[in-house]
Amino acid sequence: MSEKLHLDPIACTGHGLCAELLPELIWLDEWGYPVIEDGELTPELLGHARRAVDACPTLALRLQRERAARRPRPAGGGRPAGRTPSY
Amino acid sequence: MSLAAGQFPRLLAGMPPEGFLPLAAHEALHGPLPLSGRSRSRTEHPLILELERAGVRGYGGAGFPTATKLHAVATQGARPTIVVNGAEGEPLSGKDVLLTGRMPHLVIDGVLAAASTLGSDRVIFALDEEVRGVARVLQQALAQRPELQRRGAPAVSVNAVPGGYLSGQETALVSALGGGWAKPTTTPPYPFERGIKGVPTLVSNSETFAQIALVARHGADWFRALGTTNDPGTRLITVSGAVSYPGVVEVAGGTTLRQLISASGGLTEPIQGVLLGGYAGTWLSPDDLELRLDAHALRERGLRLGSGIVVLLPASACIVAEVSGVARWLEQESAHQCGPCIHGLQAIADALEELCGGGDRRGAYTRIERWCELVVRRGACSLPDGAATFVASALRRFRPVFDDHARHGACDLCRAERVLPIPAFDAVPVR
Repeated sequence: MSEKLHLDPIACTGHGLCAELLPELIWLDEWGYPVIEDGELTPELLGHARRAVDACPTLALRLQRERAARRPRPAGGGRPAGRTPSY
Repeated sequence: MSLAAGQFPRLLAGMPPEGFLPLAAHEALHGPLPLSGRSRSRTEHPLILELERAGVRGYGGAGFPTATKLHAVATQGARPTIVVNGAEGEPLSGKDVLLTGRMPHLVIDGVLAAASTLGSDRVIFALDEEVRGVARVLQQALAQRPELQRRGAPAVSVNAVPGGYLSGQETALVSALGGGWAKPTTTPPYPFERGIKGVPTLVSNSETFAQIALVARHGADWFRALGTTNDPGTRLITVSGAVSYPGVVEVAGGTTLRQLISASGGLTEPIQGVLLGGYAGTWLSPDDLELRLDAHALRERGLRLGSGIVVLLPASACIVAEVSGVARWLEQESAHQCGPCIHGLQAIADALEELCGGGDRRGAYTRIERWCELVVRRGACSLPDGAATFVASALRRFRPVFDDHARHGACDLCRAERVLPIPAFDAVPVR
């Protein structure tokens, strides 16, 4: 199950620690706010990503299992069957 | 005499010259409202299936499929709250005030049909507190409805929400109606999952409920008798700028810009561009008048109708000054919650003002272009995305004019009266 970095832009106040800890995927804009690249969170980077998440003073950065659908699905659709959470 | 399938107009059929269409006249036009009741089957709500067949999409701006939204709320397993979004924060839009103020029974029909299908016990009409007449009309119309006197009818309230560009933003509206700040909140959870007081909440635009009413009364085939396959039915468009009769017109999906202009009395003077989709929209060339207003076809081209807005910008206006004024207003209307929106929109507005005045104009064009890319998808809501789309599209479409300002500063037209309206700023912003 792949994980994805998720930033809560309201909670983020631009401390910038995440960009220090995970420069492979996060850089800071000219006002000091993080920009998260779309790149894949490879197993090698996962540990660094967790440190970045833990270091965020405002808890704005999170690691989330990728959800199949964030928006409601079409009528009659329903979620894909047979998926069990695995950590 | 009931409204025939191909008959036009639909939403505005029978609109009296003043006041609102009374219930008796409304029912003579559309026939009795069938209420299906809450379906036992989770996935087979007759109204939702009919809306899907009809192809109704939201008319508030996002254009999300209405059946999908209703279905998402219906399957949450609680009695949902329904919010009728009539806040209409976009200054270029007037359709929701017109529809709610003149044809309230059509909107109420849609709400009753949705409430019956979803088993809702609570309905809230959200209106801009600065437009008081509409709330009075709505109260009068609601008092005329026998359906609301019956046992088991949903509790209905008409709520005033603070005005402003973000007032109609879905999560800001839900927050305000729940007693919080009128500011966007982080998603997920979306309102359909957890909305007002944690209850699943259906938030839809007033016009969307009027369209739901048409489908509930007349069915999907009737609905599809006008418009195109991918943009069925009719919609309301607020037209302004260089036309003889600015205001709201109803058009069938696929109508050309030229036909729209002629429905608004024709052009009053030569135009330099067409704004499609309001302050989150894009600029077209004056040669694009054969463009069809088919929401689906426009989406495929990266264009959007927004909440149904067209502005014909006269050649006598300065595009840089117009865009600059709007950019500053949008920056001030931001909820100032997300860093990229706070700083990015301010930088963009500052640079645009420098083009029309003093300051360092060198490289302004490139800087604005870069900032417009930098703010996209980095806010809790889509205000920065919309503002960036609006500004970046003007930069592309009117490049020579921006270049001229970067070299020579303000032009003769910079001081002309503005075409694009900007509501007065609050003296003391409530934040």
